[in-house]
Amino acid sequence: MNLSTATSHLRSEDINVWFGERHVLADVNLDFPSNQVTALIGPSGCGKSTFLRTLNRMHELIPSAGLAGSVLLDGQDIYGDGVNPVDVRIKIGMVFQKPNPFPTMSIKENILSGLKLSGRKFVNGDDIVETSLRRASIWNEVKDRLGEPAISLSGGQQQRLCIARSLAMEPEVLLMDEPCSALDPGSTRRIEETIEELSEAMTIVIVTHNMQQAQRVSHQTAFFLAEDGNPGTVVEFGSTDDVFNRPVDARTNDYVNGHFG
Amino acid sequence: MAAEQTKSGSTPQRRTLTVKPTLLGDKVFFGITSFTAYFSIALVGLVLVFLLIRAWPALQHEGINFLIGSTWDDSVQPMVMQIFPMLWGSILLALLGVLLAVPMAIALAYLIEFLAPKPIARVATLLVDLLAALPSVVIGLWGLFVFTPVAEGWSELLHKTLGWLPFFANETGNFSRSPFIAGWIVAVMIVPIITSVTREIFSQMDRDLINAAKALGGGMASTLTRVILPTASGGIVGGTLLGLGRALGETVAIFFVLNLSFDINWFDVSEARGGSIASMILSKLGEATDYEISGLMAAGVVLFVSTLIINFIAGYIVNRAQPWRK
Repeated sequence: MNLSTATSHLRSEDINVWFGERHVLADVNLDFPSNQVTALIGPSGCGKSTFLRTLNRMHELIPSAGLAGSVLLDGQDIYGDGVNPVDVRIKIGMVFQKPNPFPTMSIKENILSGLKLSGRKFVNGDDIVETSLRRASIWNEVKDRLGEPAISLSGGQQQRLCIARSLAMEPEVLLMDEPCSALDPGSTRRIEETIEELSEAMTIVIVTHNMQQAQRVSHQTAFFLAEDGNPGTVVEFGSTDDVFNRPVDARTNDYVNGHFG
Repeated sequence: MAAEQTKSGSTPQRRTLTVKPTLLGDKVFFGITSFTAYFSIALVGLVLVFLLIRAWPALQHEGINFLIGSTWDDSVQPMVMQIFPMLWGSILLALLGVLLAVPMAIALAYLIEFLAPKPIARVATLLVDLLAALPSVVIGLWGLFVFTPVAEGWSELLHKTLGWLPFFANETGNFSRSPFIAGWIVAVMIVPIITSVTREIFSQMDRDLINAAKALGGGMASTLTRVILPTASGGIVGGTLLGLGRALGETVAIFFVLNLSFDINWFDVSEARGGSIASMILSKLGEATDYEISGLMAAGVVLFVSTLIINFIAGYIVNRAQPWRK
């Protein structure tokens, strides 16, 4: 392990992103310490979701995607030579904006789907299912109907199922791309509670449009902005308290106080 | 519901609600479309009625034996007409065709939709659609003069290596004009429809499902077999059955490459005897007597009804297999 980066669990260094010839993200340097929740905020189109996808190599699945810079997980570049993207995605899980359980699978099969998709051997499937569902705070609601289709659940339950599905892989980092934007306030609150509990065991990065949510769940916040056709950059990065209450940059101040975006 | 009751206890008078068009343009449009729709249904019914009337003499005389018997003899009076070997032959060809076509079609659709760069995908789509547009007779000629000599070699090879399996055994030494070859021809003819339905289903798939599979550490193969194919299975089965419907009715191309025989051939796919209702009708129509034509019409009814049944099953499966599409 590289000592200079040992304090940061996950770290991006000079990340630049292109789609074709379009430069969409420039020089993003962020640290994501262990057991901390980092919120990525900013107006639509500022590149925060794109940045999130560079952190688990989902970005490169988009045709024409380009990248410069590196992402270090425990000091190791996840884009390094000989690093298998599949291994990266197993260590760095992801929850999407819209709940997307596999429609052909039951609740239980959804939880075990990652293990099967990645070809991992496992014996105690029932234990993995229960532990994952408990950690996502949905066990009590579904424990008597594990064999039912996942799509029979409500939207909020489906999203917690998707969180549980990621947790079954025991990721070190969990990336969440606006996980509550399609959910009602009650479901949103429950997922925020889950995020808080999970942060005791892993590093979490969450993209959100909801200022209150960023303040409620995150320890540190990065504000992304793309101005007038320029690539998106990080305007301000610091503790959530500082970014929201004592922003250094005037643009951050305008954004967090709802003056634009 | 109780709130709908008036105080006196009587149910309130219902108004007449209508969705009928009120504008003149709408009325004309409504008239034309409903006429066309009913007319096409009536047309199908009329064809069936016409066929049944013409088929009646043969059906009445042969009874159920028409369907389950295996003799076609014009040397006796009245002649004997029983089509089971042809019916079974049609089914066998359709099964062979589907067996060969489905993997090809899935691979093609996967290539076009997920792997190939856009220009190549576009060209591949065009070529597959072009294959669908090739007239049956052209495929038949190709099958006879180009493909048969090649496939004879395959068939002989299968006999030599896997001859201990009953379907590939062939002690006659003749490997041409077999259901094996005709099955390949059927496959070539139904690959386009299955590919295009499968491609459509793939393209409508929620990309987030595929992303979720990748994000969970899924590789290309496991994502295909565990997520893409199960999710698309209803559509693929539906497309396959549409292809099967076409395969059953395939006439001229099969006529060129298959030996028709009323000596029933259950599974010896590489022997030069097989059956196909449609091709049989074609082969016998030219010099048929009035009574024989009645038998051929009856064979047409059987073909018509089996295609209808398959189409109904296709519709049912497509709806049942995708409950989340509601």
